[in-house]
Amino acid sequence: MSLFSSIGKAWVEKFDAVYDNLALLGEVVVEAFTMLFKPWRFRFGDSMLAYQRAAFDGLPISIGIGFLLGLILAFQSAAALRTFGVETYVADLLAIGLFRELGPIITAIILAGRSGSAFAAEIGTMKVDDELDALATMGLAPVRFLVMPRVVAAVLAMPVLTICAELSGLVGGAVVLRAMDIPGSVFWGNVASTTDVFMIVFGLAKSALFGLLVGIVGCCAGMRTKATADGVGVAATSAVVGGIIAIAVSDGLIAVICYFWGV
Amino acid sequence: MEAPVVEVRDVDAGYPGELILNDVTFDVARGEIFILLGGSGCGKSTMMKHMIGLNPVIAGEILIAGERWSAKTRASLCRKIGVMYQSGALFGSMTCLENVMLPLDEFSGLKRKARREKALSLLGDVGLLDAADKMPGEISGGMRKRVAIARAMALDPEVVFLDEPSAGLDPITSSALDDLILALRREKGMTFVVVTHELPSIFKIADRCAIFDKARKVMVALGKPAELRDKSEDEFVRKFFNRGEISHGE
Repeated sequence: MSLFSSIGKAWVEKFDAVYDNLALLGEVVVEAFTMLFKPWRFRFGDSMLAYQRAAFDGLPISIGIGFLLGLILAFQSAAALRTFGVETYVADLLAIGLFRELGPIITAIILAGRSGSAFAAEIGTMKVDDELDALATMGLAPVRFLVMPRVVAAVLAMPVLTICAELSGLVGGAVVLRAMDIPGSVFWGNVASTTDVFMIVFGLAKSALFGLLVGIVGCCAGMRTKATADGVGVAATSAVVGGIIAIAVSDGLIAVICYFWGV
Repeated sequence: MEAPVVEVRDVDAGYPGELILNDVTFDVARGEIFILLGGSGCGKSTMMKHMIGLNPVIAGEILIAGERWSAKTRASLCRKIGVMYQSGALFGSMTCLENVMLPLDEFSGLKRKARREKALSLLGDVGLLDAADKMPGEISGGMRKRVAIARAMALDPEVVFLDEPSAGLDPITSSALDDLILALRREKGMTFVVVTHELPSIFKIADRCAIFDKARKVMVALGKPAELRDKSEDEFVRKFFNRGEISHGE
């Protein structure tokens, strides 16, 4: 195969993947509306299992990464701000950075790595084992059975994981500033004065959107799994990569929208 | 005369841009065990995917109990067929009983107790009542296929499709599965369409078979296996029955 045809084929596959993701998003939206009127269609047990794996099992790593992130950010910024004698502003920097941006983004990347890949691997294995075909021939929609429980779990897990990561990040920052002889009361006072409810809710809403994207991309990668030796592995990888790209692109769009709206 | 359960009319089988079988026509009568036969890659599984509505045909039509596959008829036709996949395709997160109950939960309209009793009865029919509470990962491949047959029969379908039921099984388990298929036909009057290339199975269970040739992309024979073996003048059919499976390229 020539270089040009290889590049062309790769791009066509990328566009196919984007198309499939958008189509799946549409199906999820339709199914979500259907479930509003027919809530018994929702596979609550499956969703709770996915939620346990995404949220509770992911809690330690989210807290750990959040704490280290806060620690590093505080340490790096305090060193620079101390030159000007304003190291107490580290608390403001951490609060704004974590609640608005870093908390949701870092947690979403963790979710993409843990749960997005798991969704792709689970559904991919089911596809290779003909379980998706079995659902289809029973007249049961894979979106309702496999995708909705996982997407709902991811959407609900993200705010919980995000707030835990953010709080542990602030604790990390407090530890650094305490070591620099800045009292905890000053740190937490600055955090409280910088933070408002809108900022926290905005960050959590963004994190829920990231959860939706990670869930959709992970499930779509699973449903696109090819029945080859490395099919499930490729699906899991593309779930993580696709999830991170989706997070970054959507975060960029949100940033632009917020800029023009003055938020 | 009773109408056939499955009617395959002038079907070109394959995928967009890839014709695998050309102009295939046959019927499957009620209560019949019909085998789709041929070498590896000849299109028998592709034909089954057309018959169960997973892939649309390139040309021609397939009718199940008189209804053609379409978006409108899909929901009703899905309840008229049962399918057992090669791997069993049981859902790993559910017990064997829950797997069999799934179609009943979704479509039967029965109360939970009645659904459970029916599922247990179906597991009893396939000799796996003891495995009801086991997960699919805890039972053998042959047992998984029997659970899959029980699930396929849950909604009392008009026809049950079996994809390579003997694949991956030892001869004794494979023979026991053949006995189960014959017993279900005898006791429940089930109609089976079976994709296989296991000659011992074919001579044991098949009423009729259709044989496909990959090289010519056609159905080369249709009839009773013993008659085809003894009387067919087609070289491919003679080779198939004398030498076993014809591999790709021969």
